[in-house]
Amino acid sequence: MQFGIFTVGDVTTDPTTGRAPSEHERIKATVAIARKAEEVGLDVFATGEHHNPPFVPSSPTTTLAYIAAQTERIILSTSTTLITTNDPVKIAEDYATLQHLTDGRMDLMMGRGNTGPVYPWFGKDIRDGIPLAVENYALLRRLWTEDVVTWQGKHRTPLQGFTSTPRPLDGIPPFVWHGSIRSPEIAEQAAYYGDGFFHNNIFWPMSHTKQMVQLYRRRFEHYGHGSADQAVVGLGGQVFMRPNSQDAVREFRPYFDNAPVYGHGPSLEDFSRETPLTVGSPQQVIERYAAMSDDVGHYQRQLFLMDHAGLPLGTVLEQLEILGGEVVPELRRIAAARKPAHVPDAPTHASRLAGSREAVG
Amino acid sequence: MRRRIVVVSAGLGQPSSTRLLGDLLATAAGDALLEEGLESGTEVIELREHAHDLADTLLTGFATGGLREALDRLATADAVIAVTPVYQGSYSGLFKTFFDVVDREALRGTPVLLAATGGTARHSLVLEYAMRPLFAHLGASPAGTAVFAASEDWGAAGAAGQGLTARIQRAGTELARLAAGRVNEGPRDPFADPVPLEQLLGTDR
Repeated sequence: MQFGIFTVGDVTTDPTTGRAPSEHERIKATVAIARKAEEVGLDVFATGEHHNPPFVPSSPTTTLAYIAAQTERIILSTSTTLITTNDPVKIAEDYATLQHLTDGRMDLMMGRGNTGPVYPWFGKDIRDGIPLAVENYALLRRLWTEDVVTWQGKHRTPLQGFTSTPRPLDGIPPFVWHGSIRSPEIAEQAAYYGDGFFHNNIFWPMSHTKQMVQLYRRRFEHYGHGSADQAVVGLGGQVFMRPNSQDAVREFRPYFDNAPVYGHGPSLEDFSRETPLTVGSPQQVIERYAAMSDDVGHYQRQLFLMDHAGLPLGTVLEQLEILGGEVVPELRRIAAARKPAHVPDAPTHASRLAGSREAVG
Repeated sequence: MRRRIVVVSAGLGQPSSTRLLGDLLATAAGDALLEEGLESGTEVIELREHAHDLADTLLTGFATGGLREALDRLATADAVIAVTPVYQGSYSGLFKTFFDVVDREALRGTPVLLAATGGTARHSLVLEYAMRPLFAHLGASPAGTAVFAASEDWGAAGAAGQGLTARIQRAGTELARLAAGRVNEGPRDPFADPVPLEQLLGTDR
């Protein structure tokens, strides 16, 4: 099982000091956080993609390539890549390039983006969100799997004999996850292609996450990619830890109370009960996250949100030390002991290359 | 089959005349159903109890606990009686907030009785210019008669008091007729039966 972190890339004022980082500081902090994630033994670093303030990650492959040059082992990914407003041709080119530069140490997660005003900035309409995701991804797959593509659709200009370069590394396109919070169509899309499905459940109760994952697993089996429990599932998570759980609650509460999205709403206690947010000791985090598979089955990737709501860089790096040092080794051990033999690990470039050689041989 | 009548009351007082009007309408509808040979039961959703959860739901996007349960009860009701006090010339904010977080399809085709309370009968058109369009938007089937009870109606002797009683009887009977002719099969589960991808791609034959 893979463990990692994902960042939204928000520039948020620290509510305890009233200070917000500059964009420059936030971008550099993102790199420091990714490097720390590798240093403490995590498997994945993923960045969001946003095109409006207060977010900085508008150019994910630039950032990921820069991080790749400074790391050796961690898988670089996205959370998410906007399959609606980006031209699928440019996604094909950018991420194939990243794949070559990283020697396959990358994958990506497709998402629609839920900020209405962003769509028209890129000549699109949010009401076409699902049709855009469906058509653009179908084209992206063809650009990666067929050397010469002639294509016509509704949402971009036609292509006549077009070759997307560079071609995917070793002829194997990057592995794709599809992220969706509540659209059954996206779970269906992931299942149809046999791709991964990521439910970012950080703001949602498990009852909902379970429905989405079950739908994806059932349809994955329906389309003949394997049994339902062999489908490739990822979940989000959110934690804040101190050796003494009261200290964790005391320190995190002002960040929670003022956080973007859920701040000024439910209490930290209510939100912790209803969502995967866990604020407490490392042992409490281990118990909570080891139990996730009771609801969704054995899954392949767990990503934690660690660096939002104005938490200072120093605190985030400390949190990563605890996560990588105390929590993830134990979660890894528990997951490995529980994983049925026929359930696969998350695909990597190496495992998919080996698989394709086996298929040819 | 036993019909489930769900009363949604946005009254805040204890006791509340809004709740009282809801109860009287539920009794009238239950009696009228019985005359058609149909058993019924009444459940009451007091929005006051869910006020904090409603504010949280606006911010988080999901309902939990008692509010989730109330929304599920509403979506499976055979008939709904919606009663609000009039605040600043319209339904109360609490009333609207509840219907703002109702699932989009939850009330489609559901018979609904509209009712409101206020200090003066001059507010009675709230039923027609505020409440009826809201339930039309939700695709519900509001009964033709909607009931407004002003302060003066509650204590009125003679014709005025009988007027409220008569309106309650008429509205209850109309709701019972609508409820008798319909069985709520419950909302469609969007996760049970997804649209196949080939249909989304437009390549299905």
